[in-house]
Amino acid sequence: MWSFLHKLGSPPWLYAISGSILRWLLPLTLLALAAGVVWGLLFTPPDFRQGNSYRIIYIHVPAAVVALAGYYVMATAGAISLIWRMKMADVAMKAAAPVGAALTFAALFTGAVWGKPTWGTYWVWDARITSMLLLLFLYLGVVVLYEAYENKEAAGKACAVLSLVGTVNIPIIYKSVDWWYSLHQPASIKFTGDSTIDPSMLYPLLLMICAFYALFTCCLLLNMRAELLQREARTGWVRKLARGGE
Amino acid sequence: MSAPSTTRFCLRLLRRQLVLAVRRPAEMGNPLLFFAMVVALFPLGLGPAPEALAGFAPGVLWIVALLASLLTSDNVFRGDFDDGSLEQLLLAPQPLYLGVLAYIGAHWLVSGLLLSLVSPLFALMLNLPAAAIPALVCSLLLGSAVLSLVGCIGASLTVGLRRGGMLISLLVLPLYVPVLIFGSAAVQAAVDGLPVAPYLAILGAMVSLGIALAPLAVAAGLRISIDA
Amino acid sequence: MPSGAGAPLLAASDLCLVRGGRELFRDLSFDIHRGQLWQVEGANGAGKTSLMRILAGLSRYGFDGRVQRRAPLLYLGHHSAVKGLLTPRENLAWHVSGAGDWSDADIDDALARVGLCGYEDVASHTLSAGQHRRVNLARLYLCRAPLWLLDEPFTAIDRGGVGELEAVMTAHVAGGGAVVVTSHQALQVDCEVRSLRLGAGGAQ
Repeated sequence: MWSFLHKLGSPPWLYAISGSILRWLLPLTLLALAAGVVWGLLFTPPDFRQGNSYRIIYIHVPAAVVALAGYYVMATAGAISLIWRMKMADVAMKAAAPVGAALTFAALFTGAVWGKPTWGTYWVWDARITSMLLLLFLYLGVVVLYEAYENKEAAGKACAVLSLVGTVNIPIIYKSVDWWYSLHQPASIKFTGDSTIDPSMLYPLLLMICAFYALFTCCLLLNMRAELLQREARTGWVRKLARGGE
Repeated sequence: MSAPSTTRFCLRLLRRQLVLAVRRPAEMGNPLLFFAMVVALFPLGLGPAPEALAGFAPGVLWIVALLASLLTSDNVFRGDFDDGSLEQLLLAPQPLYLGVLAYIGAHWLVSGLLLSLVSPLFALMLNLPAAAIPALVCSLLLGSAVLSLVGCIGASLTVGLRRGGMLISLLVLPLYVPVLIFGSAAVQAAVDGLPVAPYLAILGAMVSLGIALAPLAVAAGLRISIDA
Repeated sequence: MPSGAGAPLLAASDLCLVRGGRELFRDLSFDIHRGQLWQVEGANGAGKTSLMRILAGLSRYGFDGRVQRRAPLLYLGHHSAVKGLLTPRENLAWHVSGAGDWSDADIDDALARVGLCGYEDVASHTLSAGQHRRVNLARLYLCRAPLWLLDEPFTAIDRGGVGELEAVMTAHVAGGGAVVVTSHQALQVDCEVRSLRLGAGGAQ
């Protein structure tokens, strides 16, 4: 157990192991994404109320789910880096922020595209959309703070604190935005609330959610590898890598 | 010499911050002036119709108070960071948690408290019904404490950076959202003749949570900023 | 008290610092005992201030090795921590308040000893840089911490002040304290000065 943790703290080992994970995870992810998209777009029945436009949930919902989970991944990595001073956790946190921000943006964008045929407008201040927008701001805050620091080690610690603060705040923000929405809008436009989803539509959705988790992991690992190379640019193992490949 | 007491140390720190604020009265007046000027922008932008202004007043007053508090929180630690006082605070054999709480308390006293006390004046200018004014003052008193607590987290993380001013807004504004929602809802409830106490209770809960957790984050942020 | 008796006040082991891809020092290990005076020497950019901040505990990341602090310490850095809007008396009272409750008479006495008699109640922003430094150094007369970390304490101090400061350091060391000081000039003190030289190729 301890030797594993010790190895986890070693950049060359992490670089090597992430490389071998990516070698099979990346094709698998792409396969699952392709399968999920084809299944969702071509082989599921149209919704009785929204017709074909609902199919965007196969992108929208997984992106939103993984974006929210990604924040917790980032905050957990931040907590580990603060408590146990593991530099690799720092790298993971730094790598998670832009991926999470991109997924949040994807969820917002697909939500807007979906909103046009459904609500007749690209943007409504719906509770979920507003919450996602705030999540995007929280992610961007972490990214911006990291970039502002010149000392990247301090940047990692500062972002870890910020993401932990965000973690405490996210449930409060979500609840208060939910409540705010119920106060200002009668619950008339509610599509996803109590409507049940047919299994024929659900299974591709579950597949897509899994594929998005895998995609998140792939992007995280790729980002981490790039960050590792940058941080360790002056060490022997990176030079050796640059000279002769793996 | 006797053994140092933490309470005395924190009270001394609080007094020092207040003395520093009082010796620069112009700086203390800045957020109030900002409040007045931005409030004056709204009738110019939205039109002077009293009913329209009254409709927007709860939200407008809260947003402006929030921005005023945000703008002052950038300076909480900056002076002490630049002249080395912060290093000495971190090295003092006293719990940093309480020292930080003294800083935050001082910030609230010179920004949030004053803003809350002058807010009735601007409420009248925006035609807010008189019945809602006690709710406005109470919600601002509680809410601005949360704003100070959260704002100081942002300040502690950006104090070592040259261009912290804009950055702190980006970090802190999303975290201000719950306060804004419940603060302005409290005033709106008072306008509508509904009970205000539940909103104030929620704001009070936020203050309690903030007092418990925010100084930890601020202390961690200061240690990181000093180190950078 | 004999030099080196008992456990060290501060033990540094295997300190290693890399800044901007350049190694400033590596495998730096030393123990600071009561009754010792250490002078950290090195060219500009050799890492003197970084080392002092690591010893003080202000730098906690970005270096390898460990520092064990077993006694309260006093750290005086490049910044004087003097607020221009406060008087020297208020500044000093605040500086020492973390470590002890001192009476006004104690504060005034310490200020008088660094030559600020008559300046107690003027706003500090009217004072010179050297006087700011003297407000800072007045802490040495009120400090009970056995370990002093002084980073360039002679900056902006006149010749007389340097002599007084050296006398205070000697007295502190003779009284069982320890001092670590960074300075480019040779110290005129009546005790052994241990040298810690930082430079290219690591510490010697």
